[in-house]
Amino acid sequence: MKVLLVFTALVAAACSEQLFVGDQVLRVTASDDEQMALLRVLDEQAELQVDFWRHPTRPGHPADLRVPFPSLQAVKIFLESNSISYSIMIEDVQELLDEEKKNMTKSRRIERSTSAFDFASYHTIEEIYDWMDMLVDDHPSLVSKIQIGQSYENRPLYVLKFSTGGSNRPAIWLDTGIHSREWITQATGVWMANKIAEEYGQDPSVTAILDSMDIFFEIVTNPDGFAFTHSSNRMWRKTRSINAGSHCIGVDPNRNWDAGFGGSGSSSNPCSETYRGLYAHSESEVKAIVDFIHGHGNVKSVISIHSYSQMLLFPYGYKRVPAAHHQELNELAKKAVSDLAAVYGTKYTYGSVADTIYMADGTTIDWAYDNGVKYSFTFELRDTGRYGFLLPSSQIIPTATETWPALLDIMVHVLEHPY
Amino acid sequence: QDIDDVGHKYHLELVLEDILDKDSTVNCTAEVLYHLGNNNIAPDVQVTLEGELKNTDEADNIFYHRIKSLEKELVAENIPDSYGNVLPEMEPIHLLAWVASGYVIWQNSTENTKFQLAQIKHVKQVKRSDEYLEFDYMILLHEMVSQEIIPWQMTVLWHPQHGVQVTRDSRQPKHASE
Repeated sequence: MKVLLVFTALVAAACSEQLFVGDQVLRVTASDDEQMALLRVLDEQAELQVDFWRHPTRPGHPADLRVPFPSLQAVKIFLESNSISYSIMIEDVQELLDEEKKNMTKSRRIERSTSAFDFASYHTIEEIYDWMDMLVDDHPSLVSKIQIGQSYENRPLYVLKFSTGGSNRPAIWLDTGIHSREWITQATGVWMANKIAEEYGQDPSVTAILDSMDIFFEIVTNPDGFAFTHSSNRMWRKTRSINAGSHCIGVDPNRNWDAGFGGSGSSSNPCSETYRGLYAHSESEVKAIVDFIHGHGNVKSVISIHSYSQMLLFPYGYKRVPAAHHQELNELAKKAVSDLAAVYGTKYTYGSVADTIYMADGTTIDWAYDNGVKYSFTFELRDTGRYGFLLPSSQIIPTATETWPALLDIMVHVLEHPY
Repeated sequence: QDIDDVGHKYHLELVLEDILDKDSTVNCTAEVLYHLGNNNIAPDVQVTLEGELKNTDEADNIFYHRIKSLEKELVAENIPDSYGNVLPEMEPIHLLAWVASGYVIWQNSTENTKFQLAQIKHVKQVKRSDEYLEFDYMILLHEMVSQEIIPWQMTVLWHPQHGVQVTRDSRQPKHASE
């Protein structure tokens, strides 16, 4: 919300002892040019100290004004006597500031260790990156952080590596947050990375997996998009790359892979949410993973986590023809989904992408599968549409908790079926 | 069932579940006919409920009187907010949008669309001299197949005894800068 942006500014001001007790924010709508001119007059009266949060642009469009308490009566009389319509957006700015500050300090405590991190709330990219460093500090012989590239806006692309040694062991790749608005995925990713670190040496399956294999986990796979969902548009899905010749920004990173690239399961229109990009792997966020997996040469499973719909999917999305390993993947999905449901009763459907959700080309798992990674799966986490992308944070831990056994089922199967 | 020259008919068996009481369910059957060719006509829908829906008169009346007695028109934004939160007093506004968007979705559905209400961006009450409550909503619809987020304006009338009506609705342009 834009109001939140202004609050950060206000809190900064509040820290320098400026108080806003009794100040109100009025939403004012000038109905014609004459009223627009009157609003400008208001702006020019310095002694009133009216602070325009949103300036009037044209008649019929709202302007937001913070009016200091001492000027309230004068301003309201001015508006009313000139028949300029307004409503009170915020009754007492200081009250709201105090409330916000309380909430902000509550959830942004300076975390000294991963055990103090609040897994039950949504975090910013900085908070997640800071937490990653703490995870590495807490488990130095198991977890390390590597950078596989940079985003379009030059943010680092970090991957957590879980390894107990060896040299280029067979590996499992996990990613969350490739579509930035799917906030439950990054949040679940953080919880799961923590879980993997905690359970090594405790849980027999995790221990067995990490004793022979490595896990690579990219939690913020689309950092530019993620930052944008916090700062500007909560519903942003794509990358933030500029498209030549278009005012529309971004490429769908899950249509940009070189697998059936350019078909009817993606769009050629830069303004579309499923825009595939000018060519496969045009996006640095995608290319970085392609290069990493190719360079590694021993990745045995790719699990890409999305939301929402409650599904567990495997290739193909770009064609209706069943994958060569359809039966095995189907059986594994069936088991995973059943173990997921056993936790809280959450029902998932499963099957190939094309059969279960829709035709989609240029996807992560189709590329992985066609490049020799047999165990390629996509999760679509909670829910089925009631909250959709805006899943309440109270559902983060239940979602992660129920998905965990399903993820383990897949990883154990990969361990037990080397190829 | 393909019906030559007419369209595609689907026979459905569904279970309705009360959002506010998960244990309360009602079985239904439905027939949906998508018309051939013309995507501007809403599908025909026939529903048969096998049971009764819960009576909500008390909650409806409390909400109705609360809004009727407001001095200033209700105005709100971003329901749910980015974190999935809905203020308790806004929950009925949210539910009303849910019902009304169901109408909009029905009118705009084809065999290749799957719409969900993603968020209420803005809602403003419009005071009326008659007994109805009127709300002007700007909602975001999420279309699953194209993954598009579509802003949509809808004017909603409601009365506890007369139910919900969408008197006006129109698709809005996406913001070019985003």
